[in-house]
Amino acid sequence: MSEIAIALNRFGLGARGDESPLANPRTWLTGQLDRFDPRPAPIAAAPARAEVAGQLADYLEEARREGQGRRAPAMAPEPAAPNMAGDDQLAGLPDSARRFVRQASRRNYLAMVAARTEAALTTPAPFVERLVHFWANHFAVSADKLTVIGLAGLLEFEAIRPNVLGSFKDMLLAVERHPAMLLYLDQAQSIGPDSQGARLATRFGRGRQRRGLNENLAREILELHTLGVDGGYAQADVTEFARALTGWTVSGLTRGPAARFAGIEGPAGDFVFAERIHEPGSRTLLGRAYAQEGEGQARAILSDLAADPRTARHLATKLARHFAGDDPPAAMVRRLEQAWLASGGDLPAVYRAIVNSPEAWAPAPVKFRPPWDWAIAALRAVGARHIEPQPAAGLLAQLGQPVWRPGSPAGYDDIAASWSGPDALMRRVEAAERLAARAGGQIDARALGPRLLPGTLSEATAQAIARAESPGQGLALLLVAPEFLRR
Amino acid sequence: MVDRRAFLGQSTAAAAFLLLAAPHIAIAQAATERRFVFIIQRGAADGLGTLAPTADPAFAGLRGPFAEDFAGGARVGDYTLHPALAGVAGLAAAREALFLHAVASPYRDRSHFDGQNVLETGGRAAYALRDGWMNRLLGLLPAADARAIAVSATVPMVLRGAREVASYAPSALPDASGDLLARVGALYESDRDLHAAWAQAMQTRAMAGDAAGALGRNGAATGALAARLLAGAQGARIAVIESDGWDTHANQRGRLAFQLRGLDALLAALKAGLGADWANTLILVATEFGRTAAPNGTGGTDHGTAALAMLLGGAVAGGRVVADWPGLGASSLHEGRDLRPTLGLDTLIASALAQHYRLDPPRTARTLFPNMAGARMLDGLIRA
Repeated sequence: MSEIAIALNRFGLGARGDESPLANPRTWLTGQLDRFDPRPAPIAAAPARAEVAGQLADYLEEARREGQGRRAPAMAPEPAAPNMAGDDQLAGLPDSARRFVRQASRRNYLAMVAARTEAALTTPAPFVERLVHFWANHFAVSADKLTVIGLAGLLEFEAIRPNVLGSFKDMLLAVERHPAMLLYLDQAQSIGPDSQGARLATRFGRGRQRRGLNENLAREILELHTLGVDGGYAQADVTEFARALTGWTVSGLTRGPAARFAGIEGPAGDFVFAERIHEPGSRTLLGRAYAQEGEGQARAILSDLAADPRTARHLATKLARHFAGDDPPAAMVRRLEQAWLASGGDLPAVYRAIVNSPEAWAPAPVKFRPPWDWAIAALRAVGARHIEPQPAAGLLAQLGQPVWRPGSPAGYDDIAASWSGPDALMRRVEAAERLAARAGGQIDARALGPRLLPGTLSEATAQAIARAESPGQGLALLLVAPEFLRR
Repeated sequence: MVDRRAFLGQSTAAAAFLLLAAPHIAIAQAATERRFVFIIQRGAADGLGTLAPTADPAFAGLRGPFAEDFAGGARVGDYTLHPALAGVAGLAAAREALFLHAVASPYRDRSHFDGQNVLETGGRAAYALRDGWMNRLLGLLPAADARAIAVSATVPMVLRGAREVASYAPSALPDASGDLLARVGALYESDRDLHAAWAQAMQTRAMAGDAAGALGRNGAATGALAARLLAGAQGARIAVIESDGWDTHANQRGRLAFQLRGLDALLAALKAGLGADWANTLILVATEFGRTAAPNGTGGTDHGTAALAMLLGGAVAGGRVVADWPGLGASSLHEGRDLRPTLGLDTLIASALAQHYRLDPPRTARTLFPNMAGARMLDGLIRA
């Protein structure tokens, strides 16, 4: 690959057929750090949080009433998570849940997938957009959980995008306070066992549902978001962190006396610290004491986790894997780690270290494009600037990487083996043929190929394209050529 | 008040029409029940492998194993039809199929892209014209009947232009076509990882009974769909159907037979679905260029020059082959390798359509092929 092709494809999201060629690959990349728009038009037009959370609150209220006089818990229980694919998969859910999923998924989720896609197609800063996608996958929530369907996109739009060029600490805080994360990893319903709320529930509750500490978010922050699985923490640290996090919840999603008591009424979908369900007392985590009162306690822990060298190592490894290959080169990991620590987790400093790493400019392709990467590159190649919500979501689902639905808080894998299987390849060829058919023979792949992959297309590929039996077939072949499948 | 200039313009045009129009031409202004369907064979269909000049003394020697395929084929004059075209043979026997051999567009290079552009725009060179000759044909038809449809998801070049046309394809999108899959396989041949994954994908597909082939598999369905769009008083008068998969560089015998069977099924379904309208129908089957006269080293043929065109339908004065046969002897071949063109595809199309729609032949030629070299138009292609 030429350096220009590397800048366009490995760092960026693939060249647009209608863009003028870039002169200096490195300054083109670093210049994007000043050009990135956290809230471009498609994102600004996406459904707003108040609307999305309001629908969720209405549904939870309806579900509570359908519970036939059962006492409302502080937070409604999670119904089984349905897949959003089709109505048949909603069978067995109560009417209220079916209605909600249709509304939330059809309107909000699809609109946000289209907004994300359009932002990626039209951005003046594709390198930074790629980093947005990287971080959204690092802090993954999965829209196959019912309460998260409509909010998943907002985590990326509200917590990732505004912080992608800031410090890791700010991004971490924004993510962990976001309603999508608090709901996805069950933090919203975690109650300190010795909190006022818990004591009251024990005294007056019917004992139908024991509510208390939920360690899910605390564990995933340590294992996935910061230190990493080998980060040297123990179960006691997880539990202590979970205690510190109690009270971090979402306002306005439940109504009634319990919500009033807990102090979590208010605008639907906002972060709220509920003192009355917070576990009182000082905490000790990883050998450090946290005597803070209230919300500040978990905040201080997050701040320390963001600054921890193990976090720097964990993220340096993931970033190096994303830009220099499935087995990240140790020298590059060390370089990024140093940049991270020297800058105090200032993300642009780390991005500059990536651009300055020779390993990221290795001439042979280092990554197999996952479906999202490939689909965006293909759409950009054929000059698409707009895509309808249903086709956008459908394309990614068909290719095996539905947007914001990795099915686990670990997010999607970033290695070739997960994406280059026989069936995945066949689906890509089928999708390429459809994309090419939609271009209606208007694109000459012989001319487009060298613009997308300057100095990169092999003679064999160029010949296969030139010998295609129609312009559409030539374009389809370009989109599935080995050079286009990798970056 | 009548604008003087507009009035003058109108009267001048009317006078010119009166001066130039022969009496029978005026019929074109009346409603027409006549149908025209163009089936594009994309990828350069092998004319010698479709209708073989079995009486040519050089044929058997030059074509080698390909010649064996014609042992059981139907004879049409000195030529023999590929046995996969059983339905077409029936049409020939009923004088509803006319074959025009050694035909070529003005294009003389060997790129599919450029060749198809010339075939569809009707220009003398690729990209010289920006609209398709079928769109321009619409302007010659009575306005009330100038309805055209592309039986595909998008409108191909040949039908694109200033006049409005429709397109229709079944909403369930077909799987990737067999030809594309084969080419992807070739593309991955030297890539270890992709080659292995692809081989496995193709194996799975074969086991699922999903062996593909655009027309081969969907021919009858496509023909029936096209007939529904064309039949009846409100049906389209003009349609274009695209068929892929004719670029047979390797293993041609099996693949070409498969393609021809698909074409045969398409034509049979079209005839059956058109019912009474079949009598008013003209179908043109043509491709961008032909293939090399001799087989290559991989049991296929490479890009060539002259090809075969077919006119089919109840309106056709068929049952014969029209050709100024150039011969297959070594000295007769174009550039020593291809069938030499002796008839212009544009001449053939302009002649057939002028007769079919009772249009003035020079005007038809000028409209469809503005830069057509002054060739003598053909007579007697359509039943009087």
